Amino acid sequence: MSAEGIRGRFEGLFERDATLVIAVLGALYLAYILAGVAFGYELRGQLNSIANLTFFIGVFGMLALALNLHWGYTGLFNIGIVGFMGIGIYTTALISKPPVGDGAAQVGGFGLPLLIGVPVGVLVTALFGLLVALPALRLRADYLAIVTVAFSEIVRFTMMSRTFQTFTVPDTISLGPLAVNPAADTVGLGGGGGLILNYTNPLEALLRALFLWEPYLGFVGFVEANVISNNPKPVLDGLLYGIVLIVFVGLFYLLLSRMGKSPFGRVLKAIREDEDVANALGKDTDRFKLTAFVVGAALMGLGGILWYSGRGSITPPSFRPNITFFIWIALIIGGAGSNTGSFLGGAIFAGLLYEGPRYFKNLVQTAFELGDAPRNFGEAMAGFASLDPMPFILYTLDSVSQLRLVIMGVVLIWLMHNRPEGLLGHRKETASSVDLARPGAGGSTGKPAAADGGEEQ
Amino acid sequence: MSVSETYVRYRQTLSEEPLAIGVILVALWMVWSLVSGLLTGGIQISSLASLVWDGLLRGLVIGLAGIGLSMTYSILNFANFAHGDYLTTGAFAGMGTSYLIAGIGENSVGALLLVGAGGSVFGGALGIGVTTAPIAVAVGALVAGVAAIVLALGIDRFVYRPIRDESGIALLITSIGVAFALRYLLQFVYGAGVRGTTAAGSVPRVNVPAIDGTFRVTAHDISLVVVAAGLMLGVHVLLQRTKLGKAMRAMSDNEDLARITGIPTERVIRTTWIVGAGLTGVAGYMFVLWKGTLGFNDGWLLLLLVFAAVILGGIGSIYGAIGGGIIIGLTASVSVIWIPSEFGRAAAFVVMIVILLFKPEGIFSGRSTA
Repeated sequence: MSAEGIRGRFEGLFERDATLVIAVLGALYLAYILAGVAFGYELRGQLNSIANLTFFIGVFGMLALALNLHWGYTGLFNIGIVGFMGIGIYTTALISKPPVGDGAAQVGGFGLPLLIGVPVGVLVTALFGLLVALPALRLRADYLAIVTVAFSEIVRFTMMSRTFQTFTVPDTISLGPLAVNPAADTVGLGGGGGLILNYTNPLEALLRALFLWEPYLGFVGFVEANVISNNPKPVLDGLLYGIVLIVFVGLFYLLLSRMGKSPFGRVLKAIREDEDVANALGKDTDRFKLTAFVVGAALMGLGGILWYSGRGSITPPSFRPNITFFIWIALIIGGAGSNTGSFLGGAIFAGLLYEGPRYFKNLVQTAFELGDAPRNFGEAMAGFASLDPMPFILYTLDSVSQLRLVIMGVVLIWLMHNRPEGLLGHRKETASSVDLARPGAGGSTGKPAAADGGEEQ
Repeated sequence: MSVSETYVRYRQTLSEEPLAIGVILVALWMVWSLVSGLLTGGIQISSLASLVWDGLLRGLVIGLAGIGLSMTYSILNFANFAHGDYLTTGAFAGMGTSYLIAGIGENSVGALLLVGAGGSVFGGALGIGVTTAPIAVAVGALVAGVAAIVLALGIDRFVYRPIRDESGIALLITSIGVAFALRYLLQFVYGAGVRGTTAAGSVPRVNVPAIDGTFRVTAHDISLVVVAAGLMLGVHVLLQRTKLGKAMRAMSDNEDLARITGIPTERVIRTTWIVGAGLTGVAGYMFVLWKGTLGFNDGWLLLLLVFAAVILGGIGSIYGAIGGGIIIGLTASVSVIWIPSEFGRAAAFVVMIVILLFKPEGIFSGRSTA
């Protein structure tokens, strides 16, 4: 088997996936741009809408990829994702918030730069992942599910708790011979009011670290002078942050594909298919599961940090289990087990199910001059007495933010009935590291991933 | 077993299970702080009694809802995450009926059936309560059960039955979809607001004397106890006196074998849904009557506690579900003696996790499964 043949095969696979990704993303962006045209957006509005879409594609893609490591690769049924996200961002907030609580931001932090805060957040999430995984990985899949969702609720109760709302930090902490003078006055989780993220804007911190802040400000000035005159900075910030997120998605993707193709990843897939067999072949499956769970949890923590760190504030209600289920739906749309699928699922979920209904509502409202919606279902149904469906339609449109969750539920049911493997899931994968295709036959790029290569021999 | 053997075994357990030592230490600390609190007067016996009473009632609701979850979990072999929303649906349908009976004539039928969505009618003004409107409450409870049954059968027919042979995990994921769709449909129809449903002020109450004070027992407490105990007894008789219990046990062991021995499996499944969902709907109604508020999230918030109860008691055992429910309810209420009150539910989850780690088959399992 020639090296060229192998490369050709991978390229063939890559090209098909890349085409699919580009097609889906292209369709999504086109739809949003067209919607923007229909709304009569100026350039600024268009860019804003694109930045928003990119943000959600980025975060859902990233988190679906992280979940793919748990569920798609290893078969760990984790429905506590939002708990890990919350731990990540709350830790980062504690580390990086300025020390003194002022005005609206009642609780301070340790005032360290985000460059420290983010890695510490990821690390702490990983530790909590270990804490959950050590006892829980012995459990059956459905028990693991219940334990993880209970864990994420405990995390949320802790965020809301008055007990952890604020602590006063003593001026000097002596650890044996070492005396530390922490900068913080008060730290805490902020209780039900949450935390105000009054640290340096993460984008600014990143650009400053790369010495790109001044050039970026220059670029913003250029845009303001020539293209968009009314305050373009928030829009450009949003776009750039979206790009940063997409870069992170790429990094997640690279990490996970490398992992999946490595001997480590093959063991994970063996565990997913049959843990007893993997065990009988001499693999310490507990260790592999533990590592996979901790790495996945850390990635979820990072996902949480990237999602919320630029949002100004965080409150406990954002960390309800709903987010976990959103990410699950994204993964199932894309197909568990496939990294490309995970990202695609995240993008489709973000574009169509998460943001789409709201755009649809706005479109309808722009297209037709509609009156005020009834305040409740009773008034909506009252119209039918006089054969007037309008109040009902208006109420339905007005309730679109609830109804999109109904749509998500129905989509999930439909997928489980008709396409449980999702768009790209459960592709046959060769477990071998060498090409198994018959010499001479494997070189063609159109061949679908040598799916049955093993049988041809 | 001789004393030395036992001793060696315990020593082994202790060295192999660091978690077990932790659990034992925590338990000892709890006993010590409770006893010292009671002796020094830091904890009043009357307030303890009040917490226990509250926990018991909460536990009865959880147990009643847990019977259904436990039965479907064992027979259909999947954790039904939509179970909590069956409970909410029952509660809304039942409360709507109660509103209708209590307030017909003076208010619009729509507003009454929607349980006063958007603040159009108030339960307090209608005088909803077991003493003030007994017929409305009785019919409401009945309708709650029936509504949950109809819903469960419909969902089973169109959602679960087509994928009956799939793995438990596939069904679990599907049930998450059902839960989403149901919960937010409820919000769509009934609105997002949490409404008061009873005339809380006019519910008769007595102060039961405890040693150093009194704790309060209301008519709704009593009716919850009566209904829950009656239904639990009814299920017990149903499963002991009819062949249903045996057929269910056979099915949960091995469905194929059950079918070739002539058990009509689909009919057993349908009966299971009827019994389980009926109990769940009534539990939801009694829960709402007892606590006096109703929101579209109620069932979902209760669901994890119900799961905790079912796992605690051992999946498939209705006595386990009842016992587990009472333990979980007591844990959630009484734990505030030791920990801040916001962590009551968290304590119940921790109890569940500990049970899963040490005795995943549940504490009542292996006996008297029905």
